[in-house]
Amino acid sequence: MASEAQTGTGTRTTRTAPVTGVVRTRKRMAAAFLLPALVLLGALVVYPIGYSLYRSFYDRSGEFTGFGNYVTLFTDDTILTAIRNNAIWVVLAPTVATALGLIFAVLTERIRWGTAFKLLVFMPMAISMLAAGIVFRLVYEQDPDRGALNAVWVGVHDSFAESSAFPKAHPGQESPLKPGGGGSFVTRTTVEAGVPVALPLLGVPKEQMPEEAAPAKPAAEEPGKVTGTAWQDFTLGKGVGERNAPDASESGYPGLTVEAVKGGEVVESTKAAADGTFTLSKKADGAQLRLPASNFREPYNGVDWLGPDRALPFVGVNFVTLSVILAYVWMWAGFAMVLIAAGLAGIPRELLEAARVDGANEWQVFRRVTVPLLAPLLAVVLVTLMINVLKIFDLVFIIAPGDVRDDANVLALQLYNSFVDRDSGVASAIAVLLFLLVVPVMAFNVRRLRREVRR
Amino acid sequence: MSALGEAVEPRAGGKAEAGDKARPSAASRVAGALSSGLMRVFLLVVGLLWLVPTIGLALSSLREPADISAGGWWQVFTVPSQITFENYAHLLQDETITGSLLSTVAITVPSTLLVVVIGSLAGYAFAWMEFPGRDWWFLGVVGLLVVPVQVALLPVSQLFGRVGIFETTLGVILFHVAFGLPFAIFLLRNFFAEIPRELLEAARLDGAGELRLFLRVVMPLGGPAIASLGIFQFLWVWNDMLVALIFADSKNPPITVALQQQVRHFGDNVSILAPGAFLSMVIPLAVFFAFQRQFVSGVMAGAVK
Repeated sequence: MASEAQTGTGTRTTRTAPVTGVVRTRKRMAAAFLLPALVLLGALVVYPIGYSLYRSFYDRSGEFTGFGNYVTLFTDDTILTAIRNNAIWVVLAPTVATALGLIFAVLTERIRWGTAFKLLVFMPMAISMLAAGIVFRLVYEQDPDRGALNAVWVGVHDSFAESSAFPKAHPGQESPLKPGGGGSFVTRTTVEAGVPVALPLLGVPKEQMPEEAAPAKPAAEEPGKVTGTAWQDFTLGKGVGERNAPDASESGYPGLTVEAVKGGEVVESTKAAADGTFTLSKKADGAQLRLPASNFREPYNGVDWLGPDRALPFVGVNFVTLSVILAYVWMWAGFAMVLIAAGLAGIPRELLEAARVDGANEWQVFRRVTVPLLAPLLAVVLVTLMINVLKIFDLVFIIAPGDVRDDANVLALQLYNSFVDRDSGVASAIAVLLFLLVVPVMAFNVRRLRREVRR
Repeated sequence: MSALGEAVEPRAGGKAEAGDKARPSAASRVAGALSSGLMRVFLLVVGLLWLVPTIGLALSSLREPADISAGGWWQVFTVPSQITFENYAHLLQDETITGSLLSTVAITVPSTLLVVVIGSLAGYAFAWMEFPGRDWWFLGVVGLLVVPVQVALLPVSQLFGRVGIFETTLGVILFHVAFGLPFAIFLLRNFFAEIPRELLEAARLDGAGELRLFLRVVMPLGGPAIASLGIFQFLWVWNDMLVALIFADSKNPPITVALQQQVRHFGDNVSILAPGAFLSMVIPLAVFFAFQRQFVSGVMAGAVK
């Protein structure tokens, strides 16, 4: 009775006994309404926090180890990688997603198809990280013939640095050519104007021959000029034929670069025609002919997006982590955009107009008015994404191939691995670490709401 | 055009800008037209970039394994005859896949309903019932909003093991309900608290008890919030992989877990993974497009989760 009187509000203490009876049944009602929720929350959310804390002080076999598991956390290389990657994730992913969200929200504000754009960018949020992971595994496939990103990348790369047509070509036996260093080949002797040169090579499979390749022809003698033929001195089924002499059943090397070199300097350079013939001027007289290495370079194969290599020389971020973060940004930039767009809609037009009237340009309005007004919202978006990123698991699990999973490791993945590995001590220590990292946000939420609740 | 036309109009004096405050100057209009053109192009490109990965998945799912290993999905633009529904036909005959889709439904639907029911009851209690320490209990629940599920994996798996529901559908459902509740209670309590007091008082005066009040007044009025919550929870559970990976029956796993097992040999399994992923996306995307507004308001309310 007394306790009820104390806990009730001021008005209730003055009420009479029958009302107190009602209060008691109300209390029972309240308990009945709350019971299912409190039981589930207590058993499956609150109790695990306590148990994890307790379990984190015992090793995998159940022996007390004090802070042993926490020491492991910060000494084990694989777990340290997870911690480092998690830090990169928490800094990079929310920042990029929020920045993009802000840009998209501002730009779409006054565009008629802005809603369609927002819908498109927001859509990935509705799908599972597993599906998004599969989507990006396809994007990141290494083979430029299969992975979209490398197809584009190699295309761009090759339009700047030409790829070679004859990666496997090389001189045969008794060839007039010898290795010239760095993958190039040079003639053993110097060439003379008016005497056609033969540059026989081997090793390009028929199906890899450029389409324009025509039957090889001996070059015509031209007084005062150095002429010659570069060709594949081999025919399937017929063999070499007459060694070191072009033959109509053999194929020219169209586009092969031929350089004339005198005293280590290139004096002239040309490319072979479809039938393999080429012509150099008088300047090449007495020079050695060189087939530079660029003819034989292996084709560029793109970037190993899911590889363990460092993405940038100075930053310890590897490609695979960066690639998974990009997939995350694809999923969550829409979230930031939608929240920020809602915030933008709430900014009073007059404030922006006033700034424009004062002569501010759009960038200044954005920088000096919009962003400061949105700052609290931006903070909420950032913090929400940080909490989300802290426990990132599915995307890494799906996108990082098995052999680089340790390089892409994150805390939630490590926790799962330790769990599967039956290392309950380390798993619990990671759980406690993850929990401690969200405690500040928890406290912030509670404090913010405490004011609202006490209406 | 019109912007340019106005831009060449002669203006009186160099101080036109300061004098005509309401309208931007000619130069800034030209700049504005230019930059809005650039802006549109930029957004168009970004939109395309955002769409391409999904198109890649969709087109990959429509190609035979031999075509997939021979070249990228963009080949269907030059060789449209590559398109086939074979992969889907195979997948829908595969009992592991169809079974896993059913399993996903069997987990998602009860989880969603239970969160709505249990969350509404608690939300109502926190909003309108009097009991000691009410606000403190509510703040405690709010504190649980951000607890990562990872914290509970090990303890709950042991707990479920002892009770005998580890690796069962019931276990997965209970786990999802528990971790959905803080958000559900938070959202619904705040929404219910906005219901005008007079409505409730009037019903009370008519002799309605708490249960009647809850069912006849609060639940119907809570429609929008309940819809947001339901959609949010539905998508969260449907898309979950981690919880199912640990708690689901490994002989009858949901679609995410079933597909995950094929990822190990990704290159060889694209003809299963691409259509499988697409099938798993169909329902969430349908829900998303049908209930965008509710989804967005759920996301906004859940910005703390």
